[in-house]
Parts: sequence; structure tokens; C-alpha cells
Amino acid sequence: MAMNYNAKDEVDGGPPCPPGGTAKTRRPDNTAFKQQRLPAWQPILTAGTVLPTFFIIGLIFIPIGIGIFVTSNNIREIEGNVFMYYGLSNFYQNHRRYVKSRDDGQLNGDPTALLNPSKECEPYGRNEDKPIAPCGAIANSMFNDTLELFQVGNASDLMPVPLKKKGIAWWTDKNVKFRNPPGTDPLEERFKGTTKPVNWVKPVYMLDSDEDNNGFINEDFIVWMRTAALPTFRKLYRLIERKNDLHPTLPAGRYYLNITYNYPVHSFDGRKRMILSTISWMGGKNPFLGIAYITIGSISFLLGVVLLVINHKYRNSSNTADITI
Amino acid sequence: PAGSARPIPGGPRCLPLPHLADNRLKTTKYTLLSFLPKNLFEQFHRLANVYFVFIALLNFVPALNAFQPGLALAPVLFILAVTACKDLWEDYSRHRSDHEINHLGCLVFSREEEQYVKRFWKEIRVGDFVRLRCNETVPADILLLSSSDPDGLCHIETASLDGETNLKRRQVVRGFSELVSEFNPLTFTSIIECEKPNNNLTRFRGCIIHDNGKKAGLYKENLLLRGCTLRNTDAVVGIVIYAGHETKALLNNSGPRYKRSQLERQMNCDVLWCVLLLICMSLFSAIGKSLWRAVRSGSSSLSAIRVVSSAYLRLLIFLPVLIPISLYVSIEIVKVCQVYFINQDIQLYDEETDSQVQCRALNITEDLGQIQYIFSDKTGTLTENKMVFRRCTVSGIEYSHDANAQRLARYQEADSDEEEVVPTGGSLPRAAQQSQSSRVHRRTGGRAEARRISTLTEHTAFSSPMEKDVTPDPKLLEKVRECGRCLASARHQEHPLDHLSPELSDIFDFFIALTICNTVVVTSPDQPRQKVRVRFELKSPVKTIEDFLRRFTPSRLTLGGSSIGSASVAAKSAPKASLLSTLANDGTQLRLEERLGTGAPHLASNGYSSAADNWTAKRSTTGPEPRLELRYEAESPDEAALVHAARAYSCALVGRLHDQVSVELPHLGRLTFELLHTLGFDSIRKRMSVVIRHPLTDEINVYTKGADSAVMDLLLPCSTDDARGRHQMKIRSKTQNYLNLYAVEGLRTLCIAKRVLSKEEYACWLQSHLEAESALDNREELLFQSAIHLETNLHLLGATGIEDRLQDGVPETIAKLRHAGLQIWVLTGDKQETAVNIAHACKLLDHDEEVITLNAESQEACEALLDQCLRYMQSRSPQRTAGSLSVGFTRLCPHSEAIASGPSLVIDGRSLAYALQKNLEDKFLFLAKQCRSVLCCRSTPLQKSMVVKLVRSKLKAMTLAIGDGANDVSMIQVADVGVGISGQEGMQAVMASDFAVPKFRYLERLLIVHGHWCYSRLANMVLYFFYKNTMFVGLLFWFQFYCGFSASTMIDQWYLIFFNLLFSSLPQLVTGVLDKDVPADVLLAEPQLYQSGQNMEEYRPRTFWLNMADAAFQSLVCFFIPYLAYYDSDTDIFTWGTPVTAIALFTFLLHLGIETKTWTWLNWTACGFSVILFFTVALIYNASCATCYPPSNPYWTMQTLMGDPVFYSICLLAPVAALMPRLFFKALQGTLFPTPLQLGRQLAKRSPRKFRAPRETSAQGHILGEARTEPPGQRSISAAQFVSPDCSSRVSQGTRQPACSPEAGGEPSAVDVGMPRREGTLPVGLSSQPLRSSSPGSVAVEGCPGGSRMKPVSASQPAPLPSVFGVPGLSSLNWMSSLSLVGGLGSVLQFSRSGLPMDKRDGDFLPGSAPPDRDLCGLSGQTTDCF
Repeated sequence: MAMNYNAKDEVDGGPPCPPGGTAKTRRPDNTAFKQQRLPAWQPILTAGTVLPTFFIIGLIFIPIGIGIFVTSNNIREIEGNVFMYYGLSNFYQNHRRYVKSRDDGQLNGDPTALLNPSKECEPYGRNEDKPIAPCGAIANSMFNDTLELFQVGNASDLMPVPLKKKGIAWWTDKNVKFRNPPGTDPLEERFKGTTKPVNWVKPVYMLDSDEDNNGFINEDFIVWMRTAALPTFRKLYRLIERKNDLHPTLPAGRYYLNITYNYPVHSFDGRKRMILSTISWMGGKNPFLGIAYITIGSISFLLGVVLLVINHKYRNSSNTADITI
Repeated sequence: PAGSARPIPGGPRCLPLPHLADNRLKTTKYTLLSFLPKNLFEQFHRLANVYFVFIALLNFVPALNAFQPGLALAPVLFILAVTACKDLWEDYSRHRSDHEINHLGCLVFSREEEQYVKRFWKEIRVGDFVRLRCNETVPADILLLSSSDPDGLCHIETASLDGETNLKRRQVVRGFSELVSEFNPLTFTSIIECEKPNNNLTRFRGCIIHDNGKKAGLYKENLLLRGCTLRNTDAVVGIVIYAGHETKALLNNSGPRYKRSQLERQMNCDVLWCVLLLICMSLFSAIGKSLWRAVRSGSSSLSAIRVVSSAYLRLLIFLPVLIPISLYVSIEIVKVCQVYFINQDIQLYDEETDSQVQCRALNITEDLGQIQYIFSDKTGTLTENKMVFRRCTVSGIEYSHDANAQRLARYQEADSDEEEVVPTGGSLPRAAQQSQSSRVHRRTGGRAEARRISTLTEHTAFSSPMEKDVTPDPKLLEKVRECGRCLASARHQEHPLDHLSPELSDIFDFFIALTICNTVVVTSPDQPRQKVRVRFELKSPVKTIEDFLRRFTPSRLTLGGSSIGSASVAAKSAPKASLLSTLANDGTQLRLEERLGTGAPHLASNGYSSAADNWTAKRSTTGPEPRLELRYEAESPDEAALVHAARAYSCALVGRLHDQVSVELPHLGRLTFELLHTLGFDSIRKRMSVVIRHPLTDEINVYTKGADSAVMDLLLPCSTDDARGRHQMKIRSKTQNYLNLYAVEGLRTLCIAKRVLSKEEYACWLQSHLEAESALDNREELLFQSAIHLETNLHLLGATGIEDRLQDGVPETIAKLRHAGLQIWVLTGDKQETAVNIAHACKLLDHDEEVITLNAESQEACEALLDQCLRYMQSRSPQRTAGSLSVGFTRLCPHSEAIASGPSLVIDGRSLAYALQKNLEDKFLFLAKQCRSVLCCRSTPLQKSMVVKLVRSKLKAMTLAIGDGANDVSMIQVADVGVGISGQEGMQAVMASDFAVPKFRYLERLLIVHGHWCYSRLANMVLYFFYKNTMFVGLLFWFQFYCGFSASTMIDQWYLIFFNLLFSSLPQLVTGVLDKDVPADVLLAEPQLYQSGQNMEEYRPRTFWLNMADAAFQSLVCFFIPYLAYYDSDTDIFTWGTPVTAIALFTFLLHLGIETKTWTWLNWTACGFSVILFFTVALIYNASCATCYPPSNPYWTMQTLMGDPVFYSICLLAPVAALMPRLFFKALQGTLFPTPLQLGRQLAKRSPRKFRAPRETSAQGHILGEARTEPPGQRSISAAQFVSPDCSSRVSQGTRQPACSPEAGGEPSAVDVGMPRREGTLPVGLSSQPLRSSSPGSVAVEGCPGGSRMKPVSASQPAPLPSVFGVPGLSSLNWMSSLSLVGGLGSVLQFSRSGLPMDKRDGDFLPGSAPPDRDLCGLSGQTTDCF
């Protein structure tokens, strides 16, 4: 009957449209995307499928961890360039109002901003009706102790260790972000009409004798202006460059550190430190990363083993569970 | 009606009424000016938006200035802008379509030019005269004043209004139809009063007051509704009554609906939790800050409070990322995409009707995955609503139409064959197939394709080939031919019908009745929608008594018009006598005239024409060609089925005008019956009648067709004295038996009866009828009465059984849905027997399961019954509670067993009304809840919606209502999810629905696959959102401990604000749209997986809080690893914050990776895009400006970081460390305590090939068969897979009694099986009868122990039934005895009817004392002998 029917239909029931023509049906396109049949990877999270991941993580992380740990510990040798840091603790450079209290335009040498500091700088924007340069709480609280390092010679004579002032700030900061006010006049002229921050002893154009390290582009100043992330931090103070390959930069011996104490930390229960350190490719000495990698890698490996046991133990039963679906 | 009327004075003097709406269509919400304020106002209805704007505005408070104020507003503005753009676009497209419609043209009468001029639709005013031509669309609601049709009729098609494609007839307003000349608007001076605009399409009332003060009523038949199309009529003129937005069509158009899904409600609740969490965090930080300050500087407590409050607000600004601002937008995007994919699913596309699933509500897709209760209509939903003539009985003799049955069976086979040929799943075969020529395609497409062609090209309502080609029963066909032969030979004699035996005469009348007792319109395909009009003489239905006299007196022929007056005078003076005499004369006179006038057919006015002889001659030479030309357009599929059936017996309807029906008969040729009246079908009378004048005998006949209950009671009481009367009795009882048998088979039964009216009777009735017709007040009531007067003393001709076939795949779908843990209730207006049988057919009821039937006559009885049932349920509860409560995947076997063992509940409309009373609804619900399925018969639309409402509110369950007709609309609207079937009965259900499917079976895929996916996707996405934001806020929160709770952030504010919006949004969207936790095949093969949605397993409070805890942990890891790595270093705050952001991004992506179940290239791309976007944006941003973006000023930060190995090492370490626990526990859980979904996924993974086969055939429900025919190599897997179907079948086999096969006789077997089981639990059924006879009210009935046969004692004394029902014992009989359908029918109906007819049915119609069920057994045996 069905065949009959088709045949009959073939004869008299003409198609609604010419053959091959675009029959206007609402039939959806049969594409993989529209029918949600895109080829897909379908991971299933079971002990069996996941345990390789854990082993792989373990196998990768533990060597990385060891590598980092060793690198970090090797920093002990005072070889190569030595970095001299000052460290502060319990100093909340990341406090919201502190972080905001600066005027990047002014620091960039914008003459209008120089004389009209942003209101973010308040209450360190103006002093006695004169704009403060550099304005803001950050600049105002700049670390101003001086540290001098001397090597104690054989005859108790003090040989000053040459400390390099430049090269401690980011290149972009020194050359792009921070600029002195434009002009060819002496720096003092260019800063005319401004006053020094309240806590400073000398104005900004007297920070250093070197023209290239004075004013806003003083690198100590730039380093300070990069507000620390956490209340315990260190900041790069000086570089001790290596002289030649034969001698260590800082040979073993007695050293004398002379600190000109300007910066009080008692009020906020802070502490000051001086750190000498070399850096490796991983940065300064910090054993944490290496230990963390080793720990995570080991845990991962352990979990992998647990999963292996579970997988071995429950594979049969999970199969039977399938059967009882 | 005039009370609330608004007068519309028509006529040329009257200017258009200014206060009434013009015809301009304006569906736009906004104007150019009002867009911004209005749209914003609407958007702020969403509380979240207000909240976010509030937070953003807080930034402008100088004391707090946290972010740059503009920047903080950005995301909110972005969200608002996106939504506004969407709204704008929608509004614009609405505007465009409005514009198009407004500028359609039409002819409007211009008073200045005194002629019809072309105007735009929008310029039409109320009171305008509009002239419409054929095939024009009606521009407004128009009162029909004139038609080119001589009878003052016109035809309209309402497809765009309600989807019905058949023609409907409209009439010119009474008083205007008689105008001879063309209607002239200038002379129109009447006043029209009509009711206020309303949205009721089926009612219109009003009146027209003419100048002379005469009133005429206006009815629905006079009104052309906007949007209809004029057909079949050259031109009409009408006056605009309602225009523009006051038209009924527009008042009905309420636009899309907005619902809130359950998941969204739950989500909003969790958003509130997040707000609380946020407040706590802020408060904590604020207190911390004041402490910090106190410790550091020892400031006074007064300022501490100030600090606390400002810090509090400041934190509220910083932390709101906790409440995902993009959540709402993302959810909306995901839902739109989900809707798109549902629409695009090719397996939800129906080739026959060329339609696919429509999602009308955009925002409740995930509700589809959580449905617990399905409420389904029966006719048109479970069944096709394509009526097929199946068998009939005439004059007490059954014609079983075996060949017809076989033909139908073959169609069924052809159906499945063809579906096997056409692969529905695989992409390759389909593509290949499509590339071939359409010829091949049509061959393979088979019936479906052909049907589509038929529906597309022919526009024929309700006629597929299956319905048209009825194979006649040879015996009956022979009798019909013989009948025709006899009549042809006896045609010219005095009483042609007397030459027939009573049986043949009945057969003849039976087919005449089938052919003409309907409202089927015949059209010809050559000129679609044109009447086949061969008018013999202009005539109209009998409108006045004068008309009647004019036509039924011979004077017309002999004396001409002048005699009318005298005749009417005579009629008035002595109506009865004169009528009698004139009518008697009339008969002979006409016949005489016919005999003489064979040569002059044009004068032979009463329809019978000798031209028919020529025609038959011609026909015999040209063969059956003319038959093919005819198309039938019926208002109901039943009518079409009957007309097609009659045509199969060469008794073809060839033409219908409003006053005459032409029938082509074998040997007799074309007979034209004069159609005097049509008394339309209504649901109270449940029957329709036509009054015709028989061309052969010239008698006035009434043919009535209706439900058996309606017709059987109206038969002429026949005396038992003479042989003829006894014969009639016998015929009736036999017919009744067959009717019962048909009902048992699930056929729709109709009785056909006839009444011969004497001319005098007719005249009497006519008078009252005409009065009723012209009545102004309660016309409907009077017409109803008039119809009732006519339809009495009928002579039974026969009965028909029409099959309403189940739709394809309904039993399988129901089985699947039930397996999925859905409770299915069927709410139908059909009668109980039919409903129960359909329920059996679609496996809603099993033959071996218990059925509780509730038929109560009073409130008390209903209560007693409910109590009884509940007690019974309790008695069997111990065996139930074990399995059904815990839904474990591994315990599915016992679970399905528990489901299978639950009884089913059948309740009729009246009992339902009692059960829905306040005091009983709890009991009813408690009972229904424990039942496996519930069947409500004879329920009204209101009851349907009440049931849904009850379940929804009391059980707190997710409900879905599915239906196809107007009577389902209220139920669809009440349910959580309303599904409309775009089927045969118009579009009203679809208009009201949230989703529209072409067929019931698509519900399976819609719910089990798409519903599940949508739910699982959205649930996971919402959880992920909460996780993401909590984790991100966590990072900021931990930092507060290290920045003195100063609300400082280490993350650059740009990152902070755009992180959610840009960097991490795309992958989750892709996953939210595309992720498939379990493939469709597995979901379909294991429907119980759907229960995860019902039980809200993916997103419940526990998962939410676990998720939050994990987020807290991950944020700790992601904060402290960078913290420790950079502890005591010279890094600055934002150089440190950037790695933290990067770590967060990587963690989010990896987390999403763990949550994503399917990885397509889109997921990979999205993740890669996110990472690349972040770094690109960061690099560009950090290089763009040296001094901008205070305070972070991140110049060159990212560039520096990218040269730092520590950055990479923590970016690797932190995400891994953060996600390791999650991955571990996921793996552990996946192995040790896998959820059903995980098992399903494993299943699909292990045997990917396995599921291809079921996918292709799943629509046909062949899965079980597929499983059995697995190749032996995969045996173990197939065992694993199909345990549950096997299991359930094993269970059912265990309980089924081998002695009876369910096919054998339907009901009796069910009785046999059911009884032994039940007797143990309750004194039921027959055993309870002694109890009943001892009850005080038992005078009404007297049971004999052998069966439920009732003696008609109560016939003489209608007993006080309510008192009877006070006795619980009695009611127990009542519900239990109806377990057997037919046997029970007697006893049940005994109470519900309390009158003669029922007793007759049981007692008188059954000779001998055999109990009915046994009798039926014998009967079915007998019929099978006949086959």
C-alpha cells in the first residue's frame, strides 16, 4: 500500500516547487554546529583518567622545585653584582589613601601639574600656598636615611665600598614616567614656585649633585615612588658592581655600615633593615617558590598514588556498577 | 448587550467618531523621545540594575571616591546599553512591520467624492464603509452590510486568527440582505449599538436601529474580524465597528510572556546570600580598619565610627564584584542561544507539517529540565485528531470494515517503514539524500512528504489520504448498490422508498445523513475556494412564514405571486387545517409537475433534476474523474471523516450551498436536497441536525448526528406490542452493544438518527423557530429550545465508530517520560470509556494494573470514596515506600517496579468538581500523588486549569501542560511550562503556550534532552558565576589584611572592572551554551537521568555552599602563593597585583575546564581567546600612556613581568595548587560515588557505537528491539545498557496472568486479572454487593449476585440518591466495581443517571440474564467471527 501510495503520489501530486529548486521549508540545517554534534573531547573525571595528570604534575613540579630551590640557595655566594637594599616592615605603602597620594603628571614634568598638583595629593598638595613638588604622601614620606658601606681593612682603616646610585630604577621609570620640568635652565629655576615636601630637609632639585640623577629623575626617589605591595618590603638602594672576575665583589672580611638616621619608624612600630644580596635568574633569594613547587609536586604525586590504589581497588566494582544501570 | 453599548451612528451625515480608536496599528513601546526614559525605567524594574547603579553612584561621593567615577559606571552602563540596544532593535522591527501593515490599501467610501477611494489601513475610522474584494484581508472589525453573493453571504478564512483553514460563513445583517440594488452608503442612516471592545472571538452582540425605530440584532455571523481573508465572494461592503487596537484580533494578541524560571528564583535567593556575605565582609573590614587605626594611632572612638561607616561604604563599592553584574546578561545570552539550538534541532522538526519547535517564552528553557508533572490533553495531543472512519453499524447490523482496518494498519506500517528508510540522525546520509533530486527524495519521504504536499498545496482541512481513502465493507457496499438500484427503478413511482426493505431504507438514510448532516463545504481544486455552484433557482433558507407558505404551496407554480397574500391570510385564519390541506396538495402537485417537467428541468425547482441523468451518463464514460475534483472543508475532523466514508460508498457530497446540498448517488445520479435548516453542533446538546426536504419522497426529514448518550435518549419510544416495535427494540439494543464495543476499542462513537416530519409538524416548529431566530433577547436560549423541540422521537439509523489514531510514538514517549520520573495526568473532555481506552492504547494504563475509578454523585459520596481509597492506599503502602522514595541509579530496577505497581486513578468531571472543593482537595491530591497515572474525564477547561493549579501550588511541583485546542488554553497558562501542539485545531493553544511542538512525541526530546541540557548548563553556569566572583572577591578581601583594611586593591581598577566583562566571560558562555553533560543518545536511552533535574541535583543549596567554600579555598591559594613568593621583595603593589590577576584568570579557566564535559574547538578557542585577550589588553594598556590611569599607573608593568621567571612560575604553581583538591575530589567521587549522570557519560564513552543505532530509531521507540538485536560481540554492554527496560518488562511479565492476553478483548481480561489481587486487600467489586443491598438506600437498585445487571426498579421512583451515597459501603462498590469498564459502567452510571435510559441500556437492551461482561465476551467473540 505504501508503494502504491508513493507511485500514485508520484503521478498526480506534483511537487510544490520545481525539482532542485529552493523548497522553502523550515527544516533546520543539518550542520554539526546547529545540531550540537561538533566533534568533542569528553573527559570523564574518574580515578583512572585523572591519575596520570597528578603523576605528570608531580613529575614536572618536583624537578622545577628542586631547580628553583637550588638556584635560590646558591644566592648565598656574594658573587657578581651585589644589590644593597633597605627593608622596612609594618610600613603600609599599600594603604589606599597613600597609594593614591601622588600626581603622575607632575612627576612626568608637566609644568601645569607642577604648579597645580592633583587634589589626590591632599593634604600634601600645597604648603604655605605653594605647590609642593613632588606632591603627595608617598613623596613626603620618602626614605631618607643614608647608608654607607666600608670595608674594614687590615689596619682597621675603612675603605669605602663604591656604591652605584644609578641603575637601580626601572629603565622606563627613569626615562619615560619621570621627567623633570622641561627647559634648559638650571633645575632650581625649573622648579621655581614650588616648595619642598613638608618632611624633606632639602628640595627635590637638591637630591643629588649629578644632573642626571637629580630632581624627579633621582633614582632613589623613583624607587620610593614605586609603592610596595605588602607592608614588609625592601627597596633597592645601591648597586655594588663587580670589578673583575677574579675577586668576589665583596670579599670576606669585616664591613662597617654607617647609617645617617633620618627616618623614624618607631611611630608605626616599624623596623628598618639593610640587605645585601645578589640575584639569580629567579630574582632575589626566596626559598618559598622552590619549596612550594616541591611540596605541591609531592602532594600531587601522593594523590596520584592514592588514586592509583583506588582505581585498582574499585575498577571492578565500578564496572559492575555500570552493569546495574 | 445594549447596556454596555457604544452607539455607532452610521451614515453620511456622521463624521468619524473622534473618541474611538483609528485603525493605526502601533505595537511599538517607544517613540524616539520616550525611548531613553522609558527603557531605563523598565530596566530598573530589575532590582539588580538599581543596585549596581546605586553602587556606581556611590563613587561620586567625594568622601569615598574609590574608583574614577566614570570608570565605575562603565560596566553598568555597558549592561544597560546592551539591553537597550536589544530593546531598540526589537522595537524597530515591530515598527517596520507596523508600518507595512498600516500602509496596506483598501477601498473606503469617501463622503466627499461619493465613491470608494483607496486609503491606507491606518486611515480607516470607526463608522467608515469599507469595500473588500475577494482574497483581500479584512482591515478592521467590520459589520457586513452587503455582499455580492445573492444570498447575502460571504466566506472568510480565519487562518491568521486561529489557524483554522476551513471557510467560515458570514451573513449580511438582517434587513440589508433583502436589498435588491447595490448597497449605497449614502442612504445608510441606522444607528448601530454594540458591546464594548473585548477579546472574545466567538461572541459579538449588538443591534442596529433603523430610522423607523426598528431594531435588528447583530451576531457573530455578521462580523468580519480583522485579519481574516475574504474568500469565495466577489465583494462585500461593511461598516467598521472596531478599529485598530480595539479589534478583537489585536485585543487577543498579548505578546510574548515573561516568566521566571525556578532556577532563576533559586539563583536570586543565592544572590541575596551573596549580598549578605558582602555586607559581612564589608563590616568585618570596616571594624578591622577601625581597630587597625586604633592600634596604630590610638584615635578616638568617635572618629572610629565615622571611619567604620565610610570604610564600610567604600568596601561596598569595591567588593560588589561578588554579585556578578554580568550574571544576568550572561544568563540571558545563554538562554537565547539555548532557544536557538532548540529551534534548530532537526529531530524536533516535523516534516509532515513543516514545522519545528517554537520557543515562545525565552526565559524558561531550564524549567524544561525540572518538570515533575505533565498534564496532557487527549484529543489532538495524544491522538492525531485525524479522524478515520473505522466501522459502522446500520440497522443493528455491524459492518466491521476489516479491509479498512487492514488498510489503516498498513498505513501504520508504511509509517514506520518510511521512517526506517529515512535516517534522521546521521549527517552523512541525510546530506547525500538532500543533494539528490526531489523525485528520489519524495519517494523516500513517502507519506510524510506527500502529506506535507497535500497540506501545503491543497489547503484542505483535515484530509490526508489516509482519511480520504476509506475501503468500503463489501457487504455494506453491496447493500448500498442494491439500494441504489431499487431506488433508480422505483424513482418514478409514488413512494420510492417504500419499495425498499426497512433495512435498505435505513442504509439509504444512513448514508444520506452521513453526507448531508454536516457543515462540510465543497470546493474545487481548479479554482480554489470557489463554490461548485450549479444553481437551479435562486432560493434562500426559509426565513419567514410567508416564505414557507410560498414555497410549500402549489400556488407558486400555478398562480404566481399574487396568491401569496391570500394563502398567508388563509394560514393565519386557520393555520392548521389550511396548511394541512395545502401541504397535502403540494406533495402530489409537485410530483405531478416533476413527472411532467422532465423535459424542463429548470422549472423542477425542488432539487431533483433530470439533468442528473445526463450527468450520470457522462460520468460513466468519463470514469471517476469528477470525484477527484472535490475537496471537503470541514469544521471538525469527524465530519470530514464521515463524508469521506460516505463517498467511499459512492454516496458523495458534490455541492453544498446554504440552501441546498447535492449528493451523487449510485444509479440515481445527482440528488439535490433542499436544505431547510441547519441546527449546528453545540457542546450541551452534543448533536447537530439538518432539516431537509427529500427530493425523492418530498418529505421533510430531520437528520441528527450526535453522541450516543445524546441521541439514544431521544429515540421514539417504541411499543413492545407489535413485531415492528420489537424489531426496533432489538436494533437499538444491538446498536447499543456495538456502541459499547466501539468505545471499548477506543473509537469515537456517533449515532445517526432520522425523523420524518409531517408538514404540519414542521409548520408548527417552524413558527417557533422563526420567532426564536428573530428574537433580540436571549436568542441563543430560544434557538436551543427550538432545536430540542425538533430533535425528539428520532428513528435510529445506525452508529459509526471513528478512530482517532494515536500519534506516532505516543506510547513510547509516555513510557519514556514516565521512566524519566514524570507523572503524567491526562485531562480530557472525552467520556470515560474512550479516555480509558486511549489511556490503555498509549500505555498510560496497563492491563494488569489496578485502576481506581472515582465516580461520585455528591460531595459526601466523593469524600467517602476518597477516604476509602486512601485507606486502601495505606493498606498497600508498606510494599511501596521502599523503592519509590530513594531514587538511586543502581536501584532503578526496584524503583521502576514501585512505579509500575502503583494504581491508576480515573475520575470523571463531576467527581472532580467535588474533589476540587476546598475540604477535599488535600485528600484528592494525596491520593493522586500516589497514583501512577491520573485520568480526568469529562473535565471542563476550567477544571483542567484548577487541577494544574492545585498540583502546582500544593505539591510545589513543576508542572507542564500540553494541549492543542482552545479548551486547553487556561491549563496551559496556569502551568509552569505551557506547551501547545500546533495541530489541527487552530493556533489558540499555541498562542497561549511557552513552547509549541508539532507532535506529542517531540515532547520526549524536548524535555529529556533539551530540558536536561538547558537545566544542567544553566545550573552549572550559575554556580560557576558565583564561584568566580566569590573567588575574585576573596583575593581582594585577603589583601585587606595586609593593607590596613583600607579598601585598597592590588588589582588595577581596569582589570577589576573588565575582568568579568571581558577576560573571563567568553569561555563560560561557550560552555553554558554548548556543554553536554550527557550525550543525547544516552539521555534518551536512559530517561531516568532526567531525575537529576527534577531533584535539582546540579544546583541545590549544598552544592552552592560547597562551591563557595571551594572558591574561598582557591582564593586563599591564589592570594598566598604570590604573597609568599613576593614576600619581602621590592615589588610594587600593581606589579604584584597583575600576576594575581593572571593567576585568577588561569584558575578560572582551569576550573571551567574541570567543569566542562565536552570540549569542542569552540571551547578551546574561547579559552585561548580569553588568555590572549588578557595579555594583549594588558600589554597595550601598559604601554599606552606613561602618566594616565592614576593611581596604578601601570606603565610597562606587564612587559617587565613577562621578563620575570617568577611570574611564570607562580602562574603555573598557583592554579595547579588551587585546583588540585577539586580535581582530586571530583575524581574520587567519579570513581567511588558516581552520579547517574556520570555513569551515563561513562556509558556513552565506553560504547560510542552502541548509541548510534538507538539514535536513529529512537523516535519510533524501537530501542528495546534494537537492544535485542545487538550483535553478540557487544552483548555485555547491551546488557548493561538496557537492564532497565528488560527489568521492567520482566516485572510486568511476573505480574501478568498468562491466561489472558491484553489484546484479547480489552476489558474483560483486565477484570479477570485485577480481581484476585484486589480481593485480598479490600472487600471490593462483586463481593461488596451484599453490603450494598443491606444499606438503607438500596431500594434504588437491586443487585443480583451473578453480575452487575440492574433491574429498572428505579425507573418508577427516582430514589433519593444523596442519601444512598452517604453509605460508604455503597460507594466502595461504586468505585471498585468500575474497575471493569463495561461491567462497571453499568453500576457506575446507575447512580450517576438515576433514570430510565441507563436502565434500558443495561436491562432492556440485554435479553437474557447474562452479566454484561460475559455478554461482552461473547460479543467480542461474535464480532471476531464476523471478521
